[in-house]
This record gives sequence, C-alpha cells and structure tokens, in this order.
Amino acid sequence: MRLELSMTVTAAFFYLFATITIASGFMVIASRNPVQSVLFLILAFVNAAGLFLLMGAEFLAMILVIVYVGAVAVLFLFVVMMLDVDFAALRQGFLQYLPIGGLIGLILLLELILVVGTYTVDPGLVRSPQVPIPSADVMTNTEAIGQVLYTRYFYFFQAAGLILLVAMIGAIVLTLRERVGVRRQDISKQNARTQETAVEVRKVPFRQGI
Amino acid sequence: MEFGDILLAVAIMLGKSLLMLVALLIFIAYALYADRKVWAAVQLRRGPNVVGPWGLLQSFADLLKFVLKEPIIPAPANKGMFLLAPLLMCTLSLAAWAVIPLNAGWAIADINVGILYIFAISSLGVYGVIMGGWASNSKYPFLGALRSAAQMVSYEVSIGFVIVTVLMCAGTLNLSAIVEAQNSSLGILGWYWLPLFPMFVVFFISAMAETNRPPFDLPEAESELVAGYMVEYSSTPYLLFMLGEYVAIMTMCALGTILFLGGWLSPIPFAPFTWVPGVIWFVLKASFLFILIAMVKALVPRYRYDQLMRLGWKVFLPLSLAMVVIVAAVLMATGNAPGVR
Repeated sequence: MRLELSMTVTAAFFYLFATITIASGFMVIASRNPVQSVLFLILAFVNAAGLFLLMGAEFLAMILVIVYVGAVAVLFLFVVMMLDVDFAALRQGFLQYLPIGGLIGLILLLELILVVGTYTVDPGLVRSPQVPIPSADVMTNTEAIGQVLYTRYFYFFQAAGLILLVAMIGAIVLTLRERVGVRRQDISKQNARTQETAVEVRKVPFRQGI
Repeated sequence: MEFGDILLAVAIMLGKSLLMLVALLIFIAYALYADRKVWAAVQLRRGPNVVGPWGLLQSFADLLKFVLKEPIIPAPANKGMFLLAPLLMCTLSLAAWAVIPLNAGWAIADINVGILYIFAISSLGVYGVIMGGWASNSKYPFLGALRSAAQMVSYEVSIGFVIVTVLMCAGTLNLSAIVEAQNSSLGILGWYWLPLFPMFVVFFISAMAETNRPPFDLPEAESELVAGYMVEYSSTPYLLFMLGEYVAIMTMCALGTILFLGGWLSPIPFAPFTWVPGVIWFVLKASFLFILIAMVKALVPRYRYDQLMRLGWKVFLPLSLAMVVIVAAVLMATGNAPGVR
C-alpha cells in the first residue's frame, strides 16, 4: 500500500514534469517573441532535469541544469536579445517553406523509427556484466559514472573533450581580427612603473625653459 | 493512514522550510544592518542609529518603506517578465538554502549532490538579471544586464574549479560529508582553508564578483555606469532584487564555511568547545566571512570592467586550473586521494 502510494506520487510528478516539458518544447517553436522562445527552452531543460531526478539520476540532472541552463542557454539568450530581426516578417514565408520543412521532419521521423525499431541491447551486456551493478545505496550515481567514464570509456571521453577544444579554438580563430592602431593596456608594464621611471624632476633655469 | 503519513511528512517539510526561511530572513536583516555599521565604522561615521535602540530596527523600517512605495512599471516594459525577474532572482537564491546543513543532519534536504545543486541554483541567478534588464525595454538596463551577466558567468568558472579542488580532497558531493571530511583531531588546522589557502582566497574574491558585491559592484555602479539592470525598478520588485542579492551573499558565506571553514565543527576539538552547539559555530563562521566581505566594501575601490574581466579569465582561471592539477597530483602522490581503489 505504502509503495503503491509513493508510486502514485512519483507518477504524478512524472506527468507534471513531462507535460510541462512537452508544452514548453512546443512553445519554443510557437511563441512569437524569440526571447520568450529561449525562456521556454530553459523551462523545458529544467523540467527534463526534474525527470532525471525522478529516475534517480541526480548527477545528470544537476549537470543538465549547470551546463545547458547555466551556460549554453545564457549564451543563446545573449545572441537572441542582440538580434534585430523582424520575426513577424520571417513568418510571412511560413507556408512557402512548409513542404520542405515537412519533408525533413518526415525523414527524421522515419530514421528514428528505423533506429528505435531495430534497437537491441548489446549481447555482451546481456550475457553478464563483468562487474555486478551495485545498488543505489552502495554507490552514488556520481561515483558510478566516474568509475566507468575514466576507465572503460576513457578514450571516448577524451575524444569528446578534444572535439570541444578544437571547436572552441576554431570559433576563436574565426572571430579573431587583428586591429591595428588599438591602444591596449599592458598591466605588467603599468605595474612595473615606479616614481623614478615615471616622474622626472628638473631644475628649470629662469627664462630659459628646458 | 498511509495518505496521512505522506501529508504529515509534507507538513513537517513545510514547517522546516518555513522555519529556515524566517530565521534566514531575520538574520539577513541584521546582516544588512551589520554591513552598514561596519562600512560606517571604517569611514568614522555612525551608520544607522535612529530607528530603534542603536538603529537595530533600521532594516525593518527599510522593508516597510520599500513595500509601501508605489511600484512603477515603465510603459514599454514587458510587464509579465518585468515582474517575474525579481521574483525569480529572490526565489532561486532562497532555494539554495534547502541543502545547506547548519549542523550535523540539520539540512532540510540532505541530498547526495548538494554542492552541485547550489552551483546549479546560483548559475540560474543570472536569468533574473538578464530578464530584468531585457524586460525593462530601455537602453541602460539592457546594457547593464549584459554587463552583469557576463560578469556572473565569468566568475562561475573559477568558483567551479575551486569547488572541484575541495571535492577531490573530500571525495564526496554531499555537503554534510564534506564537513565531516574536515573533522580531525587538529581542529581548525585540519580544515581545508589551510592546505587549500590559495583556493580559499580565489573563492572569497570570486564569491564577491559572483554576487555583485563591491569592489565588483559594476551592476549597480550608479555614479559612473548609470546603475545597471535594475534602473527601472522601484518599490517591492527592487526590494526583491536586493534581498535576492543579500541572500546570495549569505549563501556564498555559508558555502565558504562548509567548504573551507569546517561547517559546524568546533575550531578547538576539546571538551568545553565541543559542547557548544554546532549551529552556533556555523553562524559565527558565516558571520565572520560576511564581516570580511563588508570590510572589503569599505576598503577597496571599485574595479574597472576590463580589470574585472582580466582578473576572472587571465588570473583566476589559469590559477584555479593549475591548482586542480596540483592538488590532484599531490593527493595521488601522497596516497590520500579518497575513493581511489
């Protein structure tokens, strides 16, 4: 009875989070104001984090909030706020682009169905995990992720990091422009100045100047 | 009666949260008073001394004044978001207190990833700033919002690395467990502020920049930058912004207490000192950090914006990144790394 009730509460929260996620996901594409779209996107992220929490994946939930909401969406919001695009005018051509958009959506849907339909669990996993999976009260899921991320999936993890690094350097290289004639401050040079190097006291002879 | 059990649990949780909230807000009221008194003392002024004995009721008078004033919403503002922004800021900074353990087992929610939760919540605080600046639909608040958002995002990075170094020493993300990891027979010398002293300094400065405190209070530099994202705010919405800011400062003080000053542990691990309830030690330590922050406000001139960015990205980021590597190397070399089998 007790278990049943707590299951009901969990289910209620699941439907709450899931509904808000889907609704705000819809509002991302439906809302007229791009800034509101981004804010709905954030709401969707936060609710997805809530879904992770319900599954007991607390680490993933927090990382989702920190990375996507705390960093990625902030940059999104920055860019969108700076845009000076008349979005009402952009929507004028909506019907014109509908067939292409619909086609792309259909292809994506077909691909998803193909992938999900033929999905099978890796036979190696099914046979017997090399290490027995410990229960949640023995090992927190942060620890569990760390155990496999830095051992078994070490190369993949490092490769992902390398790709991000390359992307970051690429973005910097693309946007970096050397401007000539810009006066810059050199902090170490400024700090190195002393009274001796900065100020010169001279005795100026009367009616002669320097 | 099963349903009753759940109701009871919810009611107890609500009661705990309410108690925490009231205690926190009263403490903040006096922290505000202390802030102004310290500031005044450094400048040889008297500070607030009119309302109540020694001015002790000043914060409550301010609160009444804020609430009773007329909230002015600019005509071109996006009304809903304009009012949502301060509410968001205040709620989020209060929400962080759900996981802070004031004493052994005193946290409202003692979750495994407590430190990540606080980090996530404080990284959400930037939305209050951006939304407030954008919804005002006016140039100066918008520029101010961009400025403050960039500042908060920059210093989050170094705070993140500081937290990582502490986590490597403690081997856990649970705030209570981090405090317990500092419990040793050395007392105050066994807490992390000593071995991780550079990180403690980086944390202290980054915390001030993250919460927009002087000398990094560019968001509200009214004399040279026409204030910031809250130019258009008045009355209760402004109060919520200010309250959110002070709660965030107290959160940072509490976090510093937990990470570096041993939380509720007694500084001298012998009998007469260990009889003092842990919560008193906690409040004393957090207040100590707060007084330090208040002193900085009085002593240090405001940073220029480019200096602020330089400090964050060119000094603190490499320093904290290097410290992560050094601390990890030292822990592995001495065999003290927790959780390594």
